[in-house]
Formats: sequence, structure tokens, C-alpha cells
Amino acid sequence: MHDRSAKLAAKGVVIEYWLHRSKTLFTAVKGVDLEVRPGEFLAIVGPSGCGKTTFLNAVDGLLPIADGSLTLDGREITKPGPDRAMVFQQPGLLPWRTVLGNVVFGVEAQGRISKAEAIAKAKHQIELVGLKGFEDAYPLELSGGMQQRVNLARALLTDPEMLLLDEPFAALDAQTREMMQLELLKIWSQTRKTALFITHDIKEAIYLSDRVIVFTRRPGRVKNVLEINLSRPRDLRVKRDPQFLTYEDEIWESIQEELAVPAERLIAGVPAA
Amino acid sequence: MTIKEADRVLPVTAGESDPLRERRSVVQPSRIKIYEPLIIGTLSVVIALTAWQLVANARIYSVLFLPGPWDVAQAFVKLFQSDDIWLDIATSGSEMGIGYGLAVVVGLVLGMLMGWYTRFQFALDPFVNFFYSTPRIVLIPLFILWWGIEMQPKIAVIFLGALFPIIINTMAGVRNTEAALLRVARSFGASDALIFRRVVLPGSVPFILTGFRLGIGHALTGVVVAELIAAKHGVGQIIAIAGQTFQTPKMLAGVVLIACTGMLLTTLLQRIENRFQSWRPQIR
Repeated sequence: MHDRSAKLAAKGVVIEYWLHRSKTLFTAVKGVDLEVRPGEFLAIVGPSGCGKTTFLNAVDGLLPIADGSLTLDGREITKPGPDRAMVFQQPGLLPWRTVLGNVVFGVEAQGRISKAEAIAKAKHQIELVGLKGFEDAYPLELSGGMQQRVNLARALLTDPEMLLLDEPFAALDAQTREMMQLELLKIWSQTRKTALFITHDIKEAIYLSDRVIVFTRRPGRVKNVLEINLSRPRDLRVKRDPQFLTYEDEIWESIQEELAVPAERLIAGVPAA
Repeated sequence: MTIKEADRVLPVTAGESDPLRERRSVVQPSRIKIYEPLIIGTLSVVIALTAWQLVANARIYSVLFLPGPWDVAQAFVKLFQSDDIWLDIATSGSEMGIGYGLAVVVGLVLGMLMGWYTRFQFALDPFVNFFYSTPRIVLIPLFILWWGIEMQPKIAVIFLGALFPIIINTMAGVRNTEAALLRVARSFGASDALIFRRVVLPGSVPFILTGFRLGIGHALTGVVVAELIAAKHGVGQIIAIAGQTFQTPKMLAGVVLIACTGMLLTTLLQRIENRFQSWRPQIR
């Protein structure tokens, strides 16, 4: 059954963690089966709190899995590694470092290349994400969108096998978000890195992806998988394409079924605030 | 013609359409504005000193009870003409230097260890809490019993005075490292050593410097009080003897000397603090 050609393979992945306050074991995802093909852009959407970010953290190696298997190129994922790089929802930039200093932080942490080499490569990367001229600016002087560009450049500079993106545009305003989606696609089409993108924004998922996976409510599982057959390169007008809207309806209905569950069942097991 | 005019119009964003407003907000602040804190501060000091001098000149009270600023200034000059002053300053200075220096080294090391290793904190917390909630000055009699009235008791008091604010603030700095930054570093596979050097330590600098600044206050209190109680030499000793022999202006001159030292050291640290904070956008 194991597809040898899969980049990332998740089989029956269960992630649990202990909640100290309510002293209960919390099951975030239960039985996730999915595969990401090499060079594919895959998005996961789902109702909020469905464990999609938790799953991504496990793929990054930040969280252990309780059961099942999670492999990248056939190797079991146990901890973070240079074959993956994460673009975080919060930019997480070191405020005392300039844009350049922050972009090199990823490779510096991995300790694989010399600082001089990193800086030379970083300059090119900064240009690629459209931050030329801002190399010496500090994060607090940048807008939210620019901070996310730094976040993206930092991940890209490590030249990972797989790019993990955790709702990177969720905190941006609508216009900036659309621009960033467009630019992400542009950059992605140049590198064609396998990408796993988490979002709650259905349009964003369809616009960016080759396939969209819908998660069930918590504990999350794969509910359905949708192939997005829209030609690339895509500009923002694709979002008004009838086919696009059909996909959107289908995904929205799928998520709605999950939301239509009685509130008590959603709350059950969640600790009281 | 019209196109040319349009070209000259500066780009204005919403809320700044009024050209006068625009100019005022962009132009660099005038010279007076830059020196405003200094000017106002100096003026208020001059006014206060004048008022003090006027009250003293009225001689409602004798010089013994209320010397004027001029009396203090004269005593200050005389103080520096005496033979012993440099010995006194050197004594207090080296007590301060040794005690505070030790406190910085030990405080930084312990604070970082306590912040980084929870178990280390559990082990040391009782002692830190005990000493921090006790005025360390009350230990002077014990130290005099141990070491006599030489420099050691003062060094011990200064050390203990400065140590705990430095420990506590350093620990808080390490503990306050943003979880998001740690997550990013871990995600890129950073080693603990790298996380400590590149993320935790730089992030703790403002806390650590605050600890240093609080430590200076405690250290100065320590040196003066310890010398007031028993000493052979020292600025605190000058104050004590002058007070006991009714030389009030001289006593106040000693106080001024201590105050100036404190202000100087604090300003110096403030400068260092600002250097480390250059990445923070200016509020003004």
C-alpha cells in the first residue's frame, strides 16, 4: 500500500498531549492518513481547532506522535531536520536582528554553512521575496506583510526538501494576504518545493494548491481529498473562475457538516476556561 | 503645465493632507526641542537651589541645622583639599568595585543557571527568597564580628546587596524568552547552546541591565551604611564623623559625593542600555 513515490507519508497518525490544568489526555488528531507527492502543493483546511496545526508541528518534528507512522522519503520523522523548514503563523523574528540577520538565522541554527556564505545567499533570497533595500531594517520597523516575507525567506534559505506553512497569511489584512498568495505562488513555481500549507481560508487553499485535504472536527482525520485542476500559472482572477467556485462550494459544504455537530459534542473533552 | 504641477505634489497619505501638518510631522525636531529635557531640568534645579539658599540666608535656623547650598559647596571644596579624602574615596571605591564586581559575575552565572535549569532554581529559590526579603545590612554586626572593621565586611554587604537584584532580574530575563522564538529556533534544529547564545541571552539583556542598575542602588546603600557603623576610612566614615562633630555642611558634602557617584553610574548604565536597544523604534 505504501506509495514509494510519496514525499511525505502519514499513516494512522495519532497525536495526544497531556493537559496539565484539567489533568486529561487530549487527542488532537486521530488516525490521519495522507500522502504528499514530490513537488506538490498540498493544503489542509478544516474547522478551527481540528488539529491541523498540531499535525503540521508533528511533521516538523516539534511534537511526537502517539501512534501510526510519519515518514519523509521513507525516513521516520522524530525531530526537526534540515529537510523541512517551517513558515510560522507568527513571524517569530529576533527583534534585535536586522532583516538580513533574521533571514540567516535558520541556516545559522542548522550550522551547515559558513556565515559569509549564508549572507551572500541571503541577499539573493531577500531580493526574491521582494525585500531588497530593507536588509538593515529591524523587524519592528516592518509591516506585518514584510515580516512574513522575512519569515518565508528564512525558511527558503535553508533550502529544505519540504516547505511547511502554518497559516502564514492569517494575521494579514485582506489585500496584503492576496498579494502574498500571488507572490508565494511565484516563488514556489521557481523552486517547486513540496509544500504543505495549513489554512482555514478555503479560497486561499484552492488558489495555491494542487490538492486540498479537508480535516474533520477534533480529533482531526482526513475527511476528503480534492484535486484542484486549475492550470498554472494562476493569477488572482482564477478566484472568480466557475470551476474555482465549484471547488469552494464543495469544500465549504464538507466543513459545514463538521460544524453542524451539536455544540456539546464539540465542547466535550475541552477543559473549562 | 497642469501635469507639471501634479508632478510636484508630494505623496500624502490619509490624515496628512494638510500641508502644514505634513511638514511639522516630517521635519526634524528643532534644536530647542532636543535640549528641552536638559533646559527644563537645569532650570528646576537652579530654582530649587535658589529657594534653599534664600531660606538658609534668612538664618531662621543656624548653619548647624540648615546649611545653605553655598555652605555645602564650600565644604565640598574643602573636603577635596584635605589629605585623607583620596584615601577615603579609594577605600570606598575599591570596596564598591570588588563587592559589585563579584555580585555581577556571581549574579549573572547563578541567574542564568536558575533561569535555564528549573531544578537549579528549585534548589536555590529558598536562599534567594530568604536573602532578598531581608535587608542585608542587618548582617553587618555579624560581618564585623568575623572580619573586624577592615574592608571585608563592607565588601560582603555590597556583594549581598547587589547580588540578589541581579540574580532575580537575570533569571526573569531568561524565563521571559518568547515562546515563539524558542519554537522557531527548535524548528530549525538549533542546539541548546545556540538557543542560549543567540536567542535567550540577547533577549535577557534589558532585564540584566535593570538588575545591574538596581544593584548599584543597593551597593551604594551598603557601602555607606556599613561605613557609618564602623570603618577606618571611607566616604561613609566622613559622613559619620562630620555628623557626630556637628559639621553639617561637610556631612552634606559627603552625601552629595555619594549621590553624584550613584547618578554617574546609573547614567552610564542607562547609556549602555540604550546602545543595546537601538533596534527599538523611537517613541518620540
